[in-house]
Amino acid sequence: MTTDIKTVQLFVTCLIDKFFPETGLAVVDILEALGLTVEFPLAQTCCGQPAFNAGFWDDARAMARYTIDVLAQSDAPIIIPSGSCGDMIIHHYVDLLANDPHYAAPAQAVSTRTYEFTQFLVDVLGVTDLHSTATGCVAYHASCHGLRGLGLKTQPHRLLKQVAGLEPKELPGSEECCGFGGLFAVKMSQISGAILQRKLDNIEASGADMVVGTDVSCLMHIAGGLRRRGSAINVKHIADILRER
Amino acid sequence: MAVSNVTFYERVEEALHDRQLQTALDISTTRFTTGRQNALAALPEAEALRDHARRIRAHTIAHLDRYLAQFADSVERVGGQVHWAETAAEANQIVAELALSRNVKNVVKSKSMVSEELHLNQTLEANGMKVVETDLGEYIAQLAGEKPSHIIAPVIHKTRQDVADLFRRKLQATDADLADVPHMTALARRVLRSEFLQADMGISGANFAVAETGSICLVTNEGNGRLTTTTPRLHVALLGMERLVPTLEDLGVMLQILARSATGQKTSVYTNIITGPRRTTAGQPIEPDGPDELHIVIIDNGRSQILGSELAEILYCIRCGACLNACPVYQQIGGHAYNSVYQGPVGSVVTPGLYGLDPWHELPQASTLCGACREVCPVRINIPRMLLKLRSETAEAGLNPDWLKRGLRLYRQTVVRPGWYHLGGQLTSWLSRKIADNGWFKKLPGPLSGWTDHRDFLAPAKKSFSQRWREEREQ
Repeated sequence: MTTDIKTVQLFVTCLIDKFFPETGLAVVDILEALGLTVEFPLAQTCCGQPAFNAGFWDDARAMARYTIDVLAQSDAPIIIPSGSCGDMIIHHYVDLLANDPHYAAPAQAVSTRTYEFTQFLVDVLGVTDLHSTATGCVAYHASCHGLRGLGLKTQPHRLLKQVAGLEPKELPGSEECCGFGGLFAVKMSQISGAILQRKLDNIEASGADMVVGTDVSCLMHIAGGLRRRGSAINVKHIADILRER
Repeated sequence: MAVSNVTFYERVEEALHDRQLQTALDISTTRFTTGRQNALAALPEAEALRDHARRIRAHTIAHLDRYLAQFADSVERVGGQVHWAETAAEANQIVAELALSRNVKNVVKSKSMVSEELHLNQTLEANGMKVVETDLGEYIAQLAGEKPSHIIAPVIHKTRQDVADLFRRKLQATDADLADVPHMTALARRVLRSEFLQADMGISGANFAVAETGSICLVTNEGNGRLTTTTPRLHVALLGMERLVPTLEDLGVMLQILARSATGQKTSVYTNIITGPRRTTAGQPIEPDGPDELHIVIIDNGRSQILGSELAEILYCIRCGACLNACPVYQQIGGHAYNSVYQGPVGSVVTPGLYGLDPWHELPQASTLCGACREVCPVRINIPRMLLKLRSETAEAGLNPDWLKRGLRLYRQTVVRPGWYHLGGQLTSWLSRKIADNGWFKKLPGPLSGWTDHRDFLAPAKKSFSQRWREEREQ
């Protein structure tokens, strides 16, 4: 490791907290195996993105201020195993609170020390080989906010490439949206469902037996679609793969 | 703008079940997006050109008043006349009066999106004129009595067979005429050629207008724009007031990215730069062709309202249609579902920007915010940011359903109180595992049923990450 970072703060995201606790534990495992101390502020909840995307910006601001306060308990780099929540905290907090006399500066400070998980590993720590092993053919789905919001073009691929026993499969339309879009999936479910079918067709055509991504939100959407189809293809967060040694 | 009684959701439903439309959309959006990618990849300076184009558009829009005044002066210097229309009604009146005062009977039109905003054809027809669209796609839409469904490809929703049936019905086409696509276009060409020769007025749009020279630039692939603007004695060009570039050099930058972004062509087949009417000396024409009169109608129709708002950046748009082709929502529902002149991501900003959120507030919601539109936009317009802004205005105007308002208020109150939040989480988890089938839901109640209409929903874990952390680490 080339940095002097000793401690990191984990913002685990509400979905991993409530639906995928194992993924959160995998992230902790990986960071600790790299010699880092992981802090987890227990008061953390949700970053507020659902309200922001729905246009309820006063509600989103309240949640942003709350999260900034929670994260202000330490100055350590903040690690988020989600490109979408990462994009929210890194970009949209600053925008939402730009005119807030008390929170504009803290929002900027939090933004500066926040990293998506794979971005932190590859770009900050300079680590790609975690000595992980796995079996199977894997297709990578690039979640939109990580890809286009945070520029996660290569980092997840570089990490997956080092996993022994994993055979990468080309996913056609890998960078196309899965149709999730948060509340969009509920409010305009027929469009969301149609976009999802295209993604599922591509996944099935790829020949992979496992889909991997950086965001459990999209992965939960894809997994729900695959399950409805009766497909046996597994869906995993990248941390779940990288943890296996 | 006329609004149909059919809701957005009903139009979406219809589009999603229209198999032919789905096939047509799939083929054409794939062809356009691949074409665009290849064309830009082949141009080493593509990214720098996009940055440059964005700067030009930003500068022009920031100084629009100055460039409009300069453009008007330049047009008059080269013998054209400029008219200013604040509203669609004013624009229609100006064009109708020009036509009536010059005894116009037959009008030919080349493609113009702004004329779709005006519903100009109806106005002219009500005044006894025959109006013929001459862009092949627009002509087909006109014969079918339909509206264009894509900014640059008006009948993207139609298959060859649809068009053959239409030609048989409307143009009495024979089997020989419909043998293949070249024969079909040849038929349309014959019909349109006689319309050009009869026309006394040609109406065009303008892709760009050049402030320093008073020129308008028209790009087409069929040459109909050239015939429309040279054959009839009177040429009327309709210009959305944001379509300016300062200089010819700036125009060159735009032209390098427009066709590449739109269709993947290096350049369109015809690029016309029209500066003034047919030139004369002492009343005698000194050029072999061109109209006797050139009138340019500069149209606001809601644009200055956008200019003064946080949506101003959408006026940078050069109408290439790349955002439509790249949009996962447009790819599924096509253009007609939007029920607006402008569709897809750009349409979802422009339409409420021009006409207000009511009744257009569904359009900014019809997006996953995936950012594909911003990624392909040749002038890098941050469309998702503007969709979000419109969503926030929608919420402020109270146009959202009650369940959403109430649900998000409760969510916010819970999120800022970790005690409530985790207690709520545990209750939901406990309850879910009582009813879920093997950890998944096949059906959710109320508004959440939208999710389970198309995919299963995962039940929350027995113990959350926070619980496990507390139990394993904080003892």
